[in-house]
Amino acid sequence: MTATTTPSTATRVPAPAPDGTTARRRRRGRPEPIAYVFLVPALLVFTVFVVIPALVGIFYSFTDYVGFGGWSFLGLRNYVALLGDPGIREAYGFTLGFAVVTVVVAQVIALTLAIGLSKRIRFAAGLRAIFVIPMVVSGIVVAYVFSFLFSNTLPAFASAVGLDPLSQSILGNPDLAWLAIVVVSAWQTIPGALLVYTAGLTSIPGDLYEASSLDGAGPWRQFRSITLPLIAGFVLINTILGIKGYLGVYDVIVGLTGGGPGNATSSVAMTIFGGFTGGDYAYQMANATVFFVITVLISVLQLVVSRGRNIRL
Amino acid sequence: MTATAPALAGRAPGRELRRPSRGGRTSWPLTVALALCSLTVLAPLYVTVTMAFKTSEQSVDGNAFALPAPFNPASFAEAWQLTRFPVSFGISVGVAALTVALTLLLSSLASYAIVRYWSHRFFRWSFVYLLASMFLPFPVIALTEIKLTALTGLDNPLGVAILHAMFQLAFSVLLFSAYLRSIPVELEESARIDGATTWQVFWRIILPLLGPMIATVGIFAFLASWNDFMLPSMIVSDPTLQVLPVVQNIFQSQFGTNYNVAFASYLMAMAPTIVVYLIAQRWVISGITQGAVKS
Repeated sequence: MTATTTPSTATRVPAPAPDGTTARRRRRGRPEPIAYVFLVPALLVFTVFVVIPALVGIFYSFTDYVGFGGWSFLGLRNYVALLGDPGIREAYGFTLGFAVVTVVVAQVIALTLAIGLSKRIRFAAGLRAIFVIPMVVSGIVVAYVFSFLFSNTLPAFASAVGLDPLSQSILGNPDLAWLAIVVVSAWQTIPGALLVYTAGLTSIPGDLYEASSLDGAGPWRQFRSITLPLIAGFVLINTILGIKGYLGVYDVIVGLTGGGPGNATSSVAMTIFGGFTGGDYAYQMANATVFFVITVLISVLQLVVSRGRNIRL
Repeated sequence: MTATAPALAGRAPGRELRRPSRGGRTSWPLTVALALCSLTVLAPLYVTVTMAFKTSEQSVDGNAFALPAPFNPASFAEAWQLTRFPVSFGISVGVAALTVALTLLLSSLASYAIVRYWSHRFFRWSFVYLLASMFLPFPVIALTEIKLTALTGLDNPLGVAILHAMFQLAFSVLLFSAYLRSIPVELEESARIDGATTWQVFWRIILPLLGPMIATVGIFAFLASWNDFMLPSMIVSDPTLQVLPVVQNIFQSQFGTNYNVAFASYLMAMAPTIVVYLIAQRWVISGITQGAVKS
């Protein structure tokens, strides 16, 4: 749909014409002045609060600016330094790995639940209402609650049943802490995906299933041959929005591990924010610019792949 | 996808999600399985409630699922004071309300102009320009945003609301314009023949028709603003003016072992939206679904 036009143009920001004089007269004639009164305020605040900060940030990424005082040009030196920075590489590795794992986990669970809710079951509306609750609560508060569960309740439970590896808090384990972040991020984002899938499943005519079961197709076959192809567009939009959200992961990590133990769960967003207190402002702006480019590239890549497979939004 | 929305608009909210035509009788095993799955949502909420009513001694005994014994509601009074609940709650309400108002005002007006004058380059390009920010994560511009708000005196809840609205703009314009495209031009043209100005057409004809989408955009804007931690924690420089999710961080440091007080505070932070959601559940779900499908 409309969303498909965005990514291809996202990288170049077209300069809007200063007034309507360049616009060609077409079918419905010249826009009245009031049309500009409707549109220009939004463009103006958007430019001031989003576009200009983005451009200023990109500009500073080519300098040695520390957040105040003077600066001089460094060219691409910040970017070169980024490539050789093990902390940055770890943060990107963690964030990308986390995003991929979480998007798979969350989509599989959300789709399974949506299909379950679409069958003949009792209390469907009530169950759906419960599944959507995580969507209305604050991520940081949820993370604090889970932080308690992971560091107190789970170890107590594990040592009671004799599961020794889990008797220590997984939040303090550099190899396992990321799992906690996946669990809480998925917990929070499953409802949104679930509602999209529910809408997608509703759009599939029921007689398709009836006809196929007359032909002897089992539930798995029906899922592979009817459900999945018909909701492919919904899977795509969920995946794109999901990955974009997970790449920016911050709140959940602050609430669970604070990026630790060590830097084991430090996301790209956290390293960027470090630039404000750490004095490497310009350096982190270069990091932010790279992060933006990667976010856009991943979204575009997903769209291109889906185009190739004939999935339409 | 787009075509379904106007048809749904008139019907009772929530109803359209029911699917009548899948044969067979009630599957009890599936019902039980889904009910068990719902425990993953309910258990953390249950723990939050029980922990909030425990004494400090019981809250550290390791059994989070035990019922409070003795029942101790005093934690709420302490949490209320520590987080200065009325103040932070009020600020959160104000920020969310202003975000919703700004988002609705800017995006509905802009979308209307964009859709009606789509044939003009300026309006078409403006659409792309606004939508490009859908792929701009906040961390990318966070550092310059902190400087900008400090320079302009917006390092306060007002600045948070403005920025929340800005980050809601792309999605909202997308939703509104998709919906507006389905409203026939003839509707306004007849009003224009009767002498209505563009402003009157927008106010009297377009806005009422936008009703369901206004609810959707409003819900998304409200939830994004009300639950956000990242942006206010960066932007608001005066800690006494912080929003509700951010003030919860005091329990991470100073009051490390007073879990009962911390959970009482978490509960007070979570309860308002959960209660409102449960009351208006069908309506909220149908609103969110419309938004999700349209995107």
